[in-house]
Amino acid sequence: MSKTLFEKLWDIHVVMDIDGDAALLAIDRVLMHERTGGVALESLALAGRPVLAPERAFATMDHIVDTRPGRGDATLMPTGTAFIQATRQGARAAGIHLFDITDPRQGIVHVMSPEQGILIPGITLVCPDSHTCTQGAFGALAWGIGSSEAEHALATGTLRVQRPGTMRIMIDSQLKPNVSAKDLALHILSRIGSAGARGKVLEYAGSAISALDAEGRMTLCNMATELGAFTAIIAPDQKIFDYVKGRPFAPQGVDWDAALASWQSLYSDPDARFDTDLRFDAADVVPMVSWGTSPQQSLALGAPVPTAQAVAGRDTAEAHARARDYMDVTPGQPVTGLRIDGAFIGSCTNSRLSDLRRAAAILKGQHVADHVRAICVPGSSQVKAQAEAEGLDRIFLDAGFEWREAGCSMCFFAGGESFGPQQRVISSTNRNFESRQGPSTRTHIASPETVAASALAGVIAAAPVREISL
Amino acid sequence: MTPFTSMTAIAAPLIRDNIDTDAIIPSREMKTVGKTGLKEGLFAGWRYLAMGSRDLTPDFILNQPAYRDAKFLLSGANFGCGSSREHAAWALAEYGFRAIVAPSFNPIFHGNCIRNGIVPVTLAIDDITELADAMPAPIHISLEEMQVTGADGIALPFHLPEEARRALLLGLDPIGQTLLEADRIKAFLAKDALSRPWIYPN
Ligand code: SF4
Repeated sequence: MSKTLFEKLWDIHVVMDIDGDAALLAIDRVLMHERTGGVALESLALAGRPVLAPERAFATMDHIVDTRPGRGDATLMPTGTAFIQATRQGARAAGIHLFDITDPRQGIVHVMSPEQGILIPGITLVCPDSHTCTQGAFGALAWGIGSSEAEHALATGTLRVQRPGTMRIMIDSQLKPNVSAKDLALHILSRIGSAGARGKVLEYAGSAISALDAEGRMTLCNMATELGAFTAIIAPDQKIFDYVKGRPFAPQGVDWDAALASWQSLYSDPDARFDTDLRFDAADVVPMVSWGTSPQQSLALGAPVPTAQAVAGRDTAEAHARARDYMDVTPGQPVTGLRIDGAFIGSCTNSRLSDLRRAAAILKGQHVADHVRAICVPGSSQVKAQAEAEGLDRIFLDAGFEWREAGCSMCFFAGGESFGPQQRVISSTNRNFESRQGPSTRTHIASPETVAASALAGVIAAAPVREISL
Repeated sequence: MTPFTSMTAIAAPLIRDNIDTDAIIPSREMKTVGKTGLKEGLFAGWRYLAMGSRDLTPDFILNQPAYRDAKFLLSGANFGCGSSREHAAWALAEYGFRAIVAPSFNPIFHGNCIRNGIVPVTLAIDDITELADAMPAPIHISLEEMQVTGADGIALPFHLPEEARRALLLGLDPIGQTLLEADRIKAFLAKDALSRPWIYPN
């Protein structure tokens, strides 16, 4: 019988069926971070339940850890140090891999995991973090869970999972040269909305997806949680196999050969059926930016803020008005040209080496507008080291950006650093919710190119169309 | 986990779409490494006049005397979106909420509710608005019958997957349940290590 990629992965991992449409699934990798990892490990220890397979569990410091130079356990988030230390102690006591603050492998969990070869095709991977869908980009079944489920996965090596529905989005033809995976993600969000893939495993396929590199695919899959998806997934191909090969935790030697042979069958059979099947044309996608307080409230750079009537059926008039008030924008007004106070490049969406290179190409030899506070936070210590080896840090610093240690930083407000109330920020992150980047901070999400160009202009602006050369 | 069979109580209407977990409990309110001490932080950004203060916003629904004892919450679409933090469910449960009625839920939050004895009830927005219009009058939620009964007697059926319904009805500890299957898990792993040896580091 023909199967979708998701069905193949599901079947490989079923330990037993549970009544209804649920199963006990084997979990190959568990990832944790200090925001929720310490809680789960402490609670397990209190219950006297050991971690079944510590050699397949990993913890990193990303959410709360400070990103200013010279950092230690102290963090601007009140009580944050307790979370860092609890995670460290919990990880050590359980014997799981720990990438601590000064470890060169430390980084945002969804950046560090592929980098280290923890993420490989064909596995089940869970993390108590909603952006775990990022890691579906390599053909793994990777999804975000709550803390109790993390405890369950650690203690039993399995999870009880209600079988999700399936959805495919085929994207053919090619993205324009000034359009990146982030624009594609915002384009899809603006079309199908924040409930567009609710509860589904969303498979991205088509020639535009094949054309994306491994990092672009992660950017696209990263935002599947904003569509309400259970997770996203992309069939792995040679680009992914090449990316994974030789990484520290990836299979080696004969294991590599056997793994590769098995990964070759990870695709949806040509006549496999999806519950929902949609098509997009990559050539329709233009640079995008959000105007409101939900990622679905995004539009083409240069387009006017819509009227409530124009989005009927998506946002209620009340939700629309609330978003407009919060963001201080009016219908009919273009988002481009709005004066910004801050610019942020970072997060598990857009903080990898290719993202920093594209932003640096725009910033090179120029300086951000005087009134703009601009910050670049590499996604991992490894990305930071690679960027520095290429001289990207100099480009950012010379342009007036702060150059930080790796972490989530101001992607979200943990209680410490923020750009400040009513401050308008252009950001390469994934969420523009009310107060996401700090109480009353106004976030516009966009690609790193758009963030860089806007930081220079001092207003939300499109990046120039040009070839990237450094 | 406290089992849920059926209950009659007041439902607080907070009908907004896309209420995210950071609105349910802001990150800054998660002060200790644990699952308790969170009810104070529930909806802190809306419930209190200023960040860090505990002065109540008078018109916020949970601060109105009629809704002091609300055990149910009526809300809008995509409830619980955003961060996967289970603190959102812990805070709602600790505050006393036993059911959230919304047109749709974020999938991770939906799972977190079930693991913490909160019934996620999915109803059409028109039905929810109708229930809200009749507030503050108690409504009845039965998990046995999978039905919400409005104050005016209107019966609204809802659906939950069987595994979730049973977990809530019996207040099961899923880890304990799964550990009963330890032998089957062990057998699976032994077999899987032969077909996918690269998954299992030595
Ligand atoms: S970078 Fe932002 S979205 Fe990604 S894991 Fe960190 S806080 Fe979450």
